[in-house]
Amino acid sequence: MHKLATEFVARGADLELNGIRKEYPGFTAIENLDLHIPAGEFFALLGPSGCGKTTTLRLVAGLDEPTRGQILIGGKDITATKPHERPVNTVFQSYALFPHMSVLENVAFGLKQRKIEDPMPKAQAALDLVELGHLALRKPQQLSGGQQQRVALARALVNRPSLLLLDEPLGALDLKLRRQMQIELKAIQMEVGLTFLHVTHDQEEAMDMADTVAVMNKGRIEQMGAPEKLYDRPKTVFVSKFLGQSNLFVGEVAESNAESVSINVSGNKITVPKARAENHTGTIAIGVRPEKAFFHEEEPQRTSDSNLIGPGEIIDIRFTGVSNQYLIEIPAIGNVTVFAQNVGKSPVVELGAKVWVSWKVEHSFGLADLPANTHTESISVI
Amino acid sequence: MAFAAFGQNTGPSAKAPPKSGRVAWILLLPGLMYLGLFFLTPLFSLIITSLQVPDVSGEIGRYQYGFAIENYWLVIESYWPHIIRSFTYALAATVLALLISYPLAYFIGVKARRRPLLQGLMLTLVIAPFFISFLLRTIAWKQIFSNESWIVNTLQSTGLLAGDQYLVGTPFMVIFGLTYAFIPFMTLPIYSTLERLDIRYLEAGADLYASPVTTFRKITLPLSLPGIISGTLLTFIPIAGDYVNASRDFLGSTETAMIGNVVETNYLQINDYPAASALSVLLMLAILLLVTFYVKRSGTDDLL
Repeated sequence: MHKLATEFVARGADLELNGIRKEYPGFTAIENLDLHIPAGEFFALLGPSGCGKTTTLRLVAGLDEPTRGQILIGGKDITATKPHERPVNTVFQSYALFPHMSVLENVAFGLKQRKIEDPMPKAQAALDLVELGHLALRKPQQLSGGQQQRVALARALVNRPSLLLLDEPLGALDLKLRRQMQIELKAIQMEVGLTFLHVTHDQEEAMDMADTVAVMNKGRIEQMGAPEKLYDRPKTVFVSKFLGQSNLFVGEVAESNAESVSINVSGNKITVPKARAENHTGTIAIGVRPEKAFFHEEEPQRTSDSNLIGPGEIIDIRFTGVSNQYLIEIPAIGNVTVFAQNVGKSPVVELGAKVWVSWKVEHSFGLADLPANTHTESISVI
Repeated sequence: MAFAAFGQNTGPSAKAPPKSGRVAWILLLPGLMYLGLFFLTPLFSLIITSLQVPDVSGEIGRYQYGFAIENYWLVIESYWPHIIRSFTYALAATVLALLISYPLAYFIGVKARRRPLLQGLMLTLVIAPFFISFLLRTIAWKQIFSNESWIVNTLQSTGLLAGDQYLVGTPFMVIFGLTYAFIPFMTLPIYSTLERLDIRYLEAGADLYASPVTTFRKITLPLSLPGIISGTLLTFIPIAGDYVNASRDFLGSTETAMIGNVVETNYLQINDYPAASALSVLLMLAILLLVTFYVKRSGTDDLL
């Protein structure tokens, strides 16, 4: 692999989408999309099915035309360029390997079209890169799903595109293969320095591989940033729930000072640092990740740097291996989820136990919007 | 590296468990009996007839068993122009039918895919001519292109045809009729392969720098090859033996007679059964040979 990587002299180019809108008869897939992906970055578009992420990818590949807006690759406007003239290659979700050609011919296809010298040795080298050199003469349908996926990757990579598009390429693989492929994909991306645009609905995959994740919902980008940032500080209800789990509390702002904002949730005070809140007035939602919350069997001392709610009752315990997931029902607030690591000293608690839940104020985050179907009464969402 | 772990997938188990042979034979029996009764027996009878010699009585139309292999040389000698003509017409009509049918099938199978109503309507239109008798349709063409017809008059007045030139009875007319008659047989098999063509292959082609023309040549065409092959076989074979279009009663003349017409004349008019049979056997062998060669060349042995 290392020997070959030096052959990929081409470096990725940056991608820019300006005011993209895509309408289909009857619905709008993308409302108004602005996006900039710096060269050489591994960028993930994350969202549920139907959020417009695959449409975005097809627009970049040129397989669909935007209703409005501009697409630039490396600063060059390619909005009107035909797909076969774009410096872009795609790893399709279905792989779309040509069934009437051998694996090697599939990989050499793009090179031959561009009349690049020695297409066959180069294709063979690309197959070696994905460790399938020994299957070069097989037909695609004689390969397993994982192998086909790697052929599709080699077929795209061998062209050294400025931008590689990945359309949920790992979706059809089983979990173990998926994890291995994720590691390999990331390694290849770092070695060849191409710009990757990866479309996926798997939040773990996106966080694991991407430098930057854009969470997409209903044809818009809800939030964009480094995976850790997105996870630590989601700005909308959708992001807080799609990327991991969240406990959300809704209430009127009752106190506000230079550092923090507090809301009143049925008589409970929940505080968030001002810098971590989108809104500072009116009714707002404050959240906390389940693994950042703790529960106590005895009421702890109230301190100014932590939020404390309760008492409540443990109504469900789930053992997931590395952690226990506790569901705690707190009267007038709702259900709160707490993850406790199985490090051997977690409190031994049983169903029905009376507990208090606390977390550090600095772990709270304030959202820009409110959960759907909430009234001012507080609820919490898993 | 990590990839090496994926390569160790074992293939599907080599052998399926043996099936009960007896049930298979019982199920095959009606078919085999049918084949034996209605294909092998007549074929055998045809070969025997083709080797018969004239009866000692010398009566016309009476023959006795013999081994007159010279019957074959005689018919080749007398009728080789008809043999050549048959295959030339068949080739021309097949190529024309392919040129007309492929775009038609492509439109119905690929372009009209999202409009099932249009697709259904067009398929119906392709099959619609079958609702009318083949003979009637051929007669109708004869009327349309008859010597007094508006078409011929126009062609003559514009100088495309000389004053004493007509269309009926010409090779053009026969090939036209053959092409027309067999277009559905070409269109339907091609349609059925194009209908299953996965558009994502074409998108992948475009993504890999192939222009629409190249994508068609390198992806669409090879993937629709099975349809083209069955379509051409379904048209070429019957056309080579056709005796309606080229007949004097329909679109042809004595100058356009094909093997089918010669067989018909020998059998029904001259009562030369051995010659007619020898021609039939020759036609069959020639088609078999050509088709085998064709299918081998096109690399789809699994059709045979």
